[in-house]
Amino acid sequence: MTQLKGKAWKFGDDVDTDVIIPARYLSTSDPDELAKYCMVDADPQFFNKISSGDIMVARKNFGCGSSREHAPLSIKYAGISCVIADSFARIFYRNAINIGLPILESPEAAESISQGDLILVDLEKGLIKNETKGEKYYSAPFPEFMQEIISAGGLISYVKKQRSVNS
Amino acid sequence: MGMTAAEKIIAAHAGKDIVKPGELVKAKVDLILGNDITAPVAIREFNKIGIDKVFDPDRVVLVPDHFTPNKDIASAEQVKMMKEFALKQGITNYFEVGRMGIEHALLPEAGLVLPGEIIIGADSHTCTYGALGALATGIGSTDMAAAMALGETWFKVPSSIKFVYRGELNEWVSGKDLILYTIGQIGVDGALYQSMEFTGPVIRSLSMDSRLSMCNMAIEAGAKAGIIEPDEITYAYLEGRAQREYRGMFSDGDAVYAQEIEFNVGEIEPQVAFPHLPENTRGISEVGEIPLDQVVIGSCTNGRLEDLRVAAGLLKNKKVHPRVRLIIIPGTQKIYQEAMKEGLMDIFIEAEAAVSTPTCGPCLGGHMGVLAKGERSLATTNRNFVGRMGHPESEVYLCNPAVAAASAVTGKISAPEEVL
Repeated sequence: MTQLKGKAWKFGDDVDTDVIIPARYLSTSDPDELAKYCMVDADPQFFNKISSGDIMVARKNFGCGSSREHAPLSIKYAGISCVIADSFARIFYRNAINIGLPILESPEAAESISQGDLILVDLEKGLIKNETKGEKYYSAPFPEFMQEIISAGGLISYVKKQRSVNS
Repeated sequence: MGMTAAEKIIAAHAGKDIVKPGELVKAKVDLILGNDITAPVAIREFNKIGIDKVFDPDRVVLVPDHFTPNKDIASAEQVKMMKEFALKQGITNYFEVGRMGIEHALLPEAGLVLPGEIIIGADSHTCTYGALGALATGIGSTDMAAAMALGETWFKVPSSIKFVYRGELNEWVSGKDLILYTIGQIGVDGALYQSMEFTGPVIRSLSMDSRLSMCNMAIEAGAKAGIIEPDEITYAYLEGRAQREYRGMFSDGDAVYAQEIEFNVGEIEPQVAFPHLPENTRGISEVGEIPLDQVVIGSCTNGRLEDLRVAAGLLKNKKVHPRVRLIIIPGTQKIYQEAMKEGLMDIFIEAEAAVSTPTCGPCLGGHMGVLAKGERSLATTNRNFVGRMGHPESEVYLCNPAVAAASAVTGKISAPEEVL
């Protein structure tokens, strides 16, 4: 699996799905359109400021609230390569895996990483390197079941593959 | 070792005798729900799988309720896509505007969600159906798409927290207050990935409408599900409604819980959640002076008949405060009609409230009650995140229908006693 590298964008506790993508932008399901409004109420210029590959870092309960898959879609299509947090809300966690947005639970990384730090992530090992601070953090690797979904390229490709195996 | 009701339901649907918290299982689902925001994304993903038909057209429910009646061209296009999919697939439970209701008020009313079942819905408040003893949980659109194809999905078996409520309820305290208080105690991630089992003598005497509003907000504590074991009140509610045979599941006496928490409800007064999280709760006596611009009574949390009756009881022969808009939204067409027959609509209109056809609109800042910059709303809805009801610099406070109705009259957050 690929190594991810990017600048950290730091957020706090309980970042909810209304902040990630407010409901007023949900009358479309075009991911590129949704990407433009990623985190717009926290920082109206967020989409313009980030570079492709950048990493979101937040504290506890990231993605709480709505089931809207538009939230991880807007993050992914805005160019964010992965999200690191103390913990994720359950539906957001599932949605991110299903659409192939890597997410890592690491309270240590989430606490130590500062805004703007250069971060390297090895998803297979669950290793997070902070180049700026010269620190390393670890996250538990995904259960095998989820790794299969991720390596298939998301849930839909996984289901397609399973159906062709079964038939 | 015994199992909780939630574990038993998952085991039964996974074809297993025993499941344990943390275990990953594939399980059959009894019903799959989507709405006008989440279903279009699911339909797009479903079409990528490369099969023609959903697993069972009687087990997929599509309800356009968030931006409907359509607020603009873009939302009309989304609903059109959903409707065309429903027609093509022969989906029996597609509810067009006019027969539609707010999904989590509509499905229980229509007898589509039953004890012992697994219900998944591409809407986070699907957990509402736990009030009927179902294991019901919110999922995203891609999960909905895969489940529509397969009739099953994967679950991590949740550990459970048992909440026991004892004592005498104070006046004006409802299921909404019990859940707001509980979230205030454990926090918005207090039951993350877990199932919240609500039990004890207080729950046993609680009306179905109150139970539905309690389970509705389990997601607000991060829970996968909220669940109340079926009893006489459940069976009475299901009488004449249940669309399928069902079998309730009950927790064993030696079931293992991650935690047990007991509350004496005598210590709980009507609750108000302050911006910007449902955990920021205070008793009504500790609220202080909070003037309002808007009050909303409705949503999948509190738009049921019991809620409208309570509101009407307080609004009778009174007027909404001159600087306040009061918006009242019955959860379904049937609730609307019942409210008319009982004369509640006359009371609302004479009080100068605006009454709307069923819609989720204002709860998520969609339409029918969007807030301007700096405006403040008190609502019987379930979330008060930043910008939830409109402008990012507006504010939402959450409460029960009695507090909402009283506050609409006084123009500031008030206890029901203040207008009696």
